[in-house]
Amino acid sequence: MNWQLLPQFAVSGLLAGGPIALIALGLVLIFKSSYIFNFAHGHMLLMGALITWWLAVEVGLPLWLSIVLALALSALLGLLIERLALRPMTGQPLLSIILMTLGLSQALQGLALLLFGGAQRNFPQIFSAADPYKIATPFIFNDRPIVIILKQNLVWSFIIAMLGVILISAFFRFTRTGLAMRGTSEDHELAQSIGLRIQRIFGMSWALAGAVATAAGILLATSSGLDLSLAVVVLAAFPAVLLGGLESIPGAIVGGLIIGLAQGVVAAAQAQWVRDTTEIVPYLSLLVVLLIRPEGLFGQKRIERI
Amino acid sequence: MAVLRPAGEFDTTYARDMATIRRPWQWAALFGFIAALYLLPVYASQSAVALINRIGISIIAVQGLNLLTGLTGQISLGQAAFMMTGGYLSALLVSRLGWPFFAALPVAALSTGVIGLIFGLPSLRVKGFYLVMATLAAQFIIPWFSRNAFPEILGGAQGIVVQPPVVLGIEFNEPGRYLYLTVSVLILATILAYNVSRSRLGRAFVSIRDNDLAAELLGVNLFKHKLQAFFLAAVYAGVAGALSAHSLRHINSETFNLATSVFLLGMLVVGGLGSNLGPIFGAVVVELLTEAATLFGPFFVGIFPAAAGGVQALRPLFFGTTLMLFLIFEPRGLAHRWQIFKAAWRLRPFSHT
Repeated sequence: MNWQLLPQFAVSGLLAGGPIALIALGLVLIFKSSYIFNFAHGHMLLMGALITWWLAVEVGLPLWLSIVLALALSALLGLLIERLALRPMTGQPLLSIILMTLGLSQALQGLALLLFGGAQRNFPQIFSAADPYKIATPFIFNDRPIVIILKQNLVWSFIIAMLGVILISAFFRFTRTGLAMRGTSEDHELAQSIGLRIQRIFGMSWALAGAVATAAGILLATSSGLDLSLAVVVLAAFPAVLLGGLESIPGAIVGGLIIGLAQGVVAAAQAQWVRDTTEIVPYLSLLVVLLIRPEGLFGQKRIERI
Repeated sequence: MAVLRPAGEFDTTYARDMATIRRPWQWAALFGFIAALYLLPVYASQSAVALINRIGISIIAVQGLNLLTGLTGQISLGQAAFMMTGGYLSALLVSRLGWPFFAALPVAALSTGVIGLIFGLPSLRVKGFYLVMATLAAQFIIPWFSRNAFPEILGGAQGIVVQPPVVLGIEFNEPGRYLYLTVSVLILATILAYNVSRSRLGRAFVSIRDNDLAAELLGVNLFKHKLQAFFLAAVYAGVAGALSAHSLRHINSETFNLATSVFLLGMLVVGGLGSNLGPIFGAVVVELLTEAATLFGPFFVGIFPAAAGGVQALRPLFFGTTLMLFLIFEPRGLAHRWQIFKAAWRLRPFSHT
């Protein structure tokens, strides 16, 4: 373990967990309302980021406008996906639903390649890459104070991701629609019998998830560039969702942060073979979670208190 | 679908009642078909033979997945990872230890089965997409292992070069010859899968799929049978992976990726889950779609200039769209359609099915 670098890697890992938490939130949103685990989330995210890039760079709109437009377009895409692909699947067995989202992910992958090509793109920089934040810590190692250097986009991605999470939690907690969504997630038939139009609610949660995915996609693209591998990054969020518990929004956040932190800590290790495991740390922790506590950290009991 | 038998055909013995191939003309058709497959290199082009090779290998992998997902109901996204394991093991046994291919293939397949058992362990505790996640973990951990562990043996990210198999002094180094190997293994694999599906083991699998609690109450050992299903699926994947690696002559961590696993599941659904004909129909249709993507690639590149490499874009697009359409309009797959067609033919001119 490299103690000099540990705080640095731990903090930047934790911050990198912000976007993961936002992705996990998008997954939980859909799962909570319709009981569908969306394997196509990664490609929805990729499409959102590509649309933003296309509007900002190819069309030449100002960045803020293209982000707003992209959020709206991806909400529309989410709505469309729900209407065309997932609604016919209502009442079908789990395997069909899983395969539907997997087929969707392949179709979106093909569509993204067809429309935008597979080249690496330079995403417009939202935050200055040049001057990073420096935070002095009270710890001293080898007679030198440990200073944590953080890239601006990392910090701001984290803050924006957390703001998004808080906003959506508040939406669920305080609005009528949010209440209807929570009700639907409890029991579809019961919700229908008290007059909620659950198909509209499914559509809305898919639209919301599409927008959330795009937001996460933009954040990831500003820090790591934009190409097809963006869709693969999302796979790191799957373990986060399971770690936190599939139905729990706080769980999604905690899970995302834990996965980010774990990756950061492993990356700080001295031994090369430990550092090599960075990319599979989410999945190793997933196996442990599945074997020890399959319902995740925030099991069913806590969900009722959200 | 009720079993429809022509009028006047009486099954007087049990063996006759259980028989799959019932008429002399069916035997003739079967042997004619097999002969046509074996003689393919004589009359078909090199690329057609290579395509049949790929289809055959896909069928074997999907047959394994059918035992696990179609019959036992355990969804697996790790089939490609097991193919990779089989490919690497067979390649290493042949090139490092100098084993003959016909010894390396079964050993690689069985070892893959053991690895499949390990990743099947979570199935005892979790179901549904939790299990999908566990098998997804296999799909990440196994390629990672091949990239990072023992680089002097596994060759790191570059992978390793695989020698063409030599059986009885004949080197199977071109598609025309390799086809004999693929088709022979495919016939064995099909017979085994078919017999598993209609034996006691297959019935136990189906009972677990339909209701695992009820199955357990009836005395089906869940623990044992789920692991057996994982083992069989991984053995099939190992055989398919080994055949694929020896035919491609090269294997690395990208040869079989997550998309391959998704494609295999898609083939199973397009063909028909839990049906013995399903893997064959599905693999043929999806591989032909890939061929279509290769054909139409240049045409689409003309329309969408951004799409560099039309095949890469069209392959997932065609496959994803087909899979989605099948899930919506024909969730029981082509095998079901085939059953309906056969029944309609037998009942002709009455259209009732």
